[in-house]
Amino acid sequence: MRIGVVTFPGSLDDRDAARAVRVAGGEAVALWHGDADLHSVDAVVLPGGFSYGDYLRCGAIARFAPVMGPLVDAANGGLPVLGICNGFQVLCESHLLPGALVRNDSLHFVCRDQLLRIESTSTVWTSDYEPGQEIVVPLKNGEGGYVASEAVLDELEGQGRVVARYLEVNPNGSRRDIAGIANARGNVVGLMPHPEHAVEALTGPTTDGLGFFTSILKGLVEA
Amino acid sequence: MARVVVDVMLKPEILDPQGKAVEGALGRLGLSGITSVRQGKSFVLELEGEVDDARLAQVHELAASLLSNPVIEDYAIREVTA
Repeated sequence: MRIGVVTFPGSLDDRDAARAVRVAGGEAVALWHGDADLHSVDAVVLPGGFSYGDYLRCGAIARFAPVMGPLVDAANGGLPVLGICNGFQVLCESHLLPGALVRNDSLHFVCRDQLLRIESTSTVWTSDYEPGQEIVVPLKNGEGGYVASEAVLDELEGQGRVVARYLEVNPNGSRRDIAGIANARGNVVGLMPHPEHAVEALTGPTTDGLGFFTSILKGLVEA
Repeated sequence: MARVVVDVMLKPEILDPQGKAVEGALGRLGLSGITSVRQGKSFVLELEGEVDDARLAQVHELAASLLSNPVIEDYAIREVTA
C-alpha cells in the first residue's frame, strides 16, 4: 500500500508523517508540491507545517500548488486524504472540507499533549479505533480554532462527521471542541492535532496516533 | 496606471483575537472612547491602463478566490487615484 506525503515549501512534518506510514507497515511515497500527478498512490497525507510561510492565510497559497489540482479531483473521486494541522487548513481552503481555521482565541501558540475522543470510526482514517476511544497526541498550532456556521456545525454533528473532539481543555477556541472532521463520504479527514508524532514510545507521549495509519492500511487492503 | 484596493475583514460574527489584543493596549496608552477594534488586511493592486468592468470583474474573482476566504471574511473593492 503506497501512501503519498506531500511536501510544500514550509512543510515541517512530512518526514514524521512518512515515518508513521512506515511504522504502520505501509510504503511512504514522497510527493512534491510541483508534481503534476499523484504517482498512483493509494492515499495521501497533507502534513503539518507552515506552507508558503502561512502568508495570506494558512493553507491559502498551498491550495493553488500544482499537485493540488489532481489531488482535489482524486479526493472528490474517493481517494483517502488525511490533512494534519496545516494539511487540515489546506483542505478547508481547498473546499474539500467545510469551515475554516482561525487564530487561537488565546492568541498564543499552543504546544501540548492533548487528550482527544475519537467520535467517529466510520472514516477510512479512524476505523481501527474503538468508538469513543480516548487518545493522547501532540497538538501544536497558532491558528487551530475551527469555525463554521451553526448550520454547518449542526450538519457535521448530525451526519457523524465530527471525527475527534478535544477533552478537558479546548486549546484554541474551536467551536464545539472540534479537533477533526470528515467529508460526507468519509474519505477526506482533517485533524488539527498530530497523530504522526505519537507512533513510537521513544519520541511520542503515547503510540495512540498509530491508529490513523493502521486504519487506512487495513481499509486499503480490504478495499 | 490605475490603483485598486481590496479590503478584507473577518466577518462580524468571527472572533478577532488580534483586534481584541490591540483593543486591550488602548488603555495602556491612556486612550478612552474607542469601544472596539477589528483588524483586517488591505491589498493594493496596480493595474495597467484603465479600470473597466472587465478588470473589476477580474479583481472580484481574485478577491473572492485568493485574497479572502468567504467562509470567514468579507471583502470590499475600491478604486483610488494613483
